[in-house]
Amino acid sequence: MSEVLLRLDDIHVHFARQAVLEGAQLQVHRGEIVTLIGPNGAGKTTLVRTVLGLLEPDRGLVWRKPRLRIGYMPQKLHVDATLPLSVLRFLRLVPRVDRTRALAALHEVGAEHVIDSPLQKISGGEMQRVLLARALLREPELLVLDEPVQGVDVAGQAELYRLIGVLRDRYHCGVLMVSHDLHLVMSATDQVVCLNRHVCCSGHPEQVSSDPAFVELFGQDARSLAIYHHQHDHSHDLHGSVVVGKPHVHGPNCKH
Amino acid sequence: MPDFLLNALLAGLALALVAGPLGSFVVWRRMAYFGDTLSHAALFGVALGLMLDVNLTLAVTVGCVLLALLLVTLQQRQPLASDTLLGILAHSTLSLGLVSLSFMDDVRIDLMGYLFGDLLAVGPAELAWIVGGSALVLLMLIPLWRPLLAITVHEELAKVEGLPVAAIRLALMLLIAVVIAVAMKIVGVLLITSLLIIPAAAAQRHARTPEQMALGASLLGIVAVCLGLALSWFEDTPAGPSIVVSAAALFLLSFAWPKR
Repeated sequence: MSEVLLRLDDIHVHFARQAVLEGAQLQVHRGEIVTLIGPNGAGKTTLVRTVLGLLEPDRGLVWRKPRLRIGYMPQKLHVDATLPLSVLRFLRLVPRVDRTRALAALHEVGAEHVIDSPLQKISGGEMQRVLLARALLREPELLVLDEPVQGVDVAGQAELYRLIGVLRDRYHCGVLMVSHDLHLVMSATDQVVCLNRHVCCSGHPEQVSSDPAFVELFGQDARSLAIYHHQHDHSHDLHGSVVVGKPHVHGPNCKH
Repeated sequence: MPDFLLNALLAGLALALVAGPLGSFVVWRRMAYFGDTLSHAALFGVALGLMLDVNLTLAVTVGCVLLALLLVTLQQRQPLASDTLLGILAHSTLSLGLVSLSFMDDVRIDLMGYLFGDLLAVGPAELAWIVGGSALVLLMLIPLWRPLLAITVHEELAKVEGLPVAAIRLALMLLIAVVIAVAMKIVGVLLITSLLIIPAAAAQRHARTPEQMALGASLLGIVAVCLGLALSWFEDTPAGPSIVVSAAALFLLSFAWPKR
């Protein structure tokens, strides 16, 4: 297995006495695409913020490779309409970036035509690409992408996921992303982590998509994506808590 | 040109120069009400300065900084929205300033001067403070410019990229506090924010880069100061409000000017 870039173990986070993460764990290797999926309120963004160091967990271990360079692509970017900022200037907010480097990064993501456009005037898909270009300018060892295809049409989504795969190969970096759309993610990822406050199941997409825990979280529709089956041994209520009363037996892919 | 007019002009120009870039950040970061609150607190700083018998510019700066720190602490500790908090702090510090000043029987102060400015009474010592303070803020802004832009665009992205976001945000508050202390003599506590935001808002429509907007705001501020002083000189109007009226006129004119 290649170098470990990041390891989180037994992460607990509470907001206002409400548990958001209860013993979540995560590992990302160099050259690996890890996708976090889970319903709303499952703590995906909280886990990503912990990875980024924007949030201190109440308990748990966060280990990053020393001096790990992270390229972060936020979920969305809202720039006040009064701030006159071109895409080039936005990219040049990263230190030591000139027009040539900015253009090269935009070329990689297929958005070089917007280089002189005002940031507020580009489309949702172009914005996602520009944000990705900015993350690349950091020469990342780990790319963290929070819902990278938000606001992008379906054709564009597949294209963007394909691009992320290409960039992973070219930069040989680890990729951690959060996603909602199941089937597109499945084909574009090496490791799926299904989160609902704790890690319900994780593994290769083919395994996870048929995991009963996965089916339970995402509903029967998700079963159409299923390729592999295994026994899930606990159930969740609407808040995602493990339902007590049913005996819980740890299965082979059970991570809590 | 009489000395007092020259002093007034230099003081006004120094302020206009620094208010351009700083005011742009106030507009971009939607801090207009924050600036207003700090400037209202300036009057409390004046009262404090008179009570402790220290330099007033210094007292006002310290007062503004303390208020900014109090505000940040309150924002983190309780659930009231920022604008509610700002409203509470703005008016209670202004009133606290007025009440404390009324207790000082032995001090004769020109309250109107503090509220609306007394630009034509700027002496050489005060001019030195104003020019010095403005120059200090401009110098500080040079290394802070890119980090400030970065946190204005996206604070968390800036933090992940290794910028000390909290320190940069605090630095911006400190710079605004210094400018307010400097501007109090020129336009008074009730009108300070206008000099920060009106030129910046007027420059916004025609700027294509952040720097163009900042420089444009400085230039428009300078024009507003000259126009306001001229109005005050020829028509005997109060200097501070005349400058603000001129700035507002320039803002309206910016709409008439065809956009590129």
